[in-house]
Amino acid sequence: MTQPTAGALLELSGVRKRYGQQVAVDDVSLALREGEFLTFLGPSGSGKTTTLMMVAGLQQPDAGSIILRGKAVDRLPPYKRDIGMVFQHYALFPHMTVRRNIAFPLEMRGTPKAEASRLVDEALAMVGLPHHGERLPRELSGGQQQRVALARAMVYRPALLLMDEPLGALDKSLREQLQLEIKRLHRERRMSVLYVTHDQSEALTMSDRIAVFNDGRIEQIGAPADLYERPASRFVAGFVGETNFLTGEALGRDGNGARVSLAGVAMPVSDRFLATPGSRVSVAVRPERVRLSTTGEGVPAELVDLIYLGNARRFVLRLAGGAEWTALMQADAAEASEIEPGQTVRVSWQGMHATAFPM
Amino acid sequence: MGAWRVLRALACTLVGIYLIAPLAIVLVISFSSASFLRFPPPGYSLRWYANLMNDPAWLDAIGVSLQVLLPTAFLSTALGTAAAYALVRGRIRGGGLIGAFLLTPMVVPSIITAAGLYMLYRWLGLNGTLPGLVIGHVVVTLPYVVATVGSALRSMDPRLEAAASVLGATPFAAFRRITLPLLAPAVLSSLLFAMVLSFDELIISLFVGSARMRTVPVQMWSNIRGDFDPTVAAIASLCFLVALIALGCEALLRRRNGEKE
Repeated sequence: MTQPTAGALLELSGVRKRYGQQVAVDDVSLALREGEFLTFLGPSGSGKTTTLMMVAGLQQPDAGSIILRGKAVDRLPPYKRDIGMVFQHYALFPHMTVRRNIAFPLEMRGTPKAEASRLVDEALAMVGLPHHGERLPRELSGGQQQRVALARAMVYRPALLLMDEPLGALDKSLREQLQLEIKRLHRERRMSVLYVTHDQSEALTMSDRIAVFNDGRIEQIGAPADLYERPASRFVAGFVGETNFLTGEALGRDGNGARVSLAGVAMPVSDRFLATPGSRVSVAVRPERVRLSTTGEGVPAELVDLIYLGNARRFVLRLAGGAEWTALMQADAAEASEIEPGQTVRVSWQGMHATAFPM
Repeated sequence: MGAWRVLRALACTLVGIYLIAPLAIVLVISFSSASFLRFPPPGYSLRWYANLMNDPAWLDAIGVSLQVLLPTAFLSTALGTAAAYALVRGRIRGGGLIGAFLLTPMVVPSIITAAGLYMLYRWLGLNGTLPGLVIGHVVVTLPYVVATVGSALRSMDPRLEAAASVLGATPFAAFRRITLPLLAPAVLSSLLFAMVLSFDELIISLFVGSARMRTVPVQMWSNIRGDFDPTVAAIASLCFLVALIALGCEALLRRRNGEKE
């Protein structure tokens, strides 16, 4: 068994889960610090929800350990774990009023009535629904139902709050509003949160750290900026944020850093992944890091389309070799560039903003 | 489209008449003034209802039926609900097989079940006893409870129970506070249905009952085979009324529940 990480509230080590022949979670290890907002991000079927369910106790791991507050909980039933959970479709009890829904966990813990009533009032005020206590869940809108679910999961101050795609069923503006509210509650109550989503922008907005899941494994775990600026794998580069990819050949380094041959042009890349010269690599560049010019060095490209985004412009490019890229430019810079569709341009970037992944 | 509509209305009316005619005839005959079965009756009276109320054989039969029906309905509902919960929510090896086995009395001709019970009871000494009748009725009503409650459970979101568990509810508390209240309409409708089925049941009661343990259908059966007067029509009309009330209650329950969704 591994030594517990100092200051970790929750620690998973070597957790595995299979369904028949299908490996759902494969050797997942991570630590959640007290007060941290950690997000599991990944496509559906990547193992993020299964991992969350194992933390909740609703699924049993086949191997590995789950330690909460220094205590192994992986053989403990959910109701003995002191965890709060918000489900994707709220899972409010339809036959109980909002008040009784929120009071339910307190009741199960034998909290005295007066105390429970005070805590429920406080929780209702916290989520901005002070006058909705006597309503039934079906009389509330989706956003209000999710607020009630949040109040119910937080009212007993569990050691850890789990959220399984809590905003998945809501429309975009409501989702953004609730993202901010959840962030606020996290900050004010110093809750430790494990959050699951497949929406990368949601993950970037809300998290202290993000664990990117793919095929039952964690590809990378780090702060949003780490993931975005320094992706550890081609998968992370493609899944977190928008990325342009181009296949080329590693050249090795010269006086100015690592270089890669793309469509016959030697272009700079960061030297984080040093591939042996001659091997094939996939180069990733974010659209906002792409520079366009009519003269000078760069990969030749044709401007296929120019899309107006109000505050910015999106350039759709076809690079020599056929790859389609996009470049994002702020309005004034785009207007100053005076590039028209149909024109041939040079595509370039700074070496620190391009990552070459071995293939 | 007009022609289709007329045709459809006609077909529906014919089927309706076909279904209701026997009931209607029994109903009319029960108010007959004649001492034999004749349709249409020569005149009308309540004498057969009075006869029913004054004949100890009929009153005993009603008493026996009620003594069988109440414990049957409660036992069957309790056992069937528990079985449905175990089959739908539990992870039982061979659960499908057990479920199919529980439903067999619905498929096997009841005369076979009845003959089997009769032979088993002869060995156990249960023939002609109240517990014997109740057990027999539980056997034949149980499948309906398992099917009704089972389908309600299947359509209930299992995440509600998961949520209750994470929120601190023991499995028993989650069942009592969440599952059972949400299943209440199905459980109550099972209870009513089990009562109606038990009240209606003839073959099992015929085999395992006795001269002293006669339910209403058995009494009707022997009455029809012996001296045959419109008292049978009167009791049949009463049975029909009871079934109608039960169905009405069930429909009301369903509607109340439907409004909840």
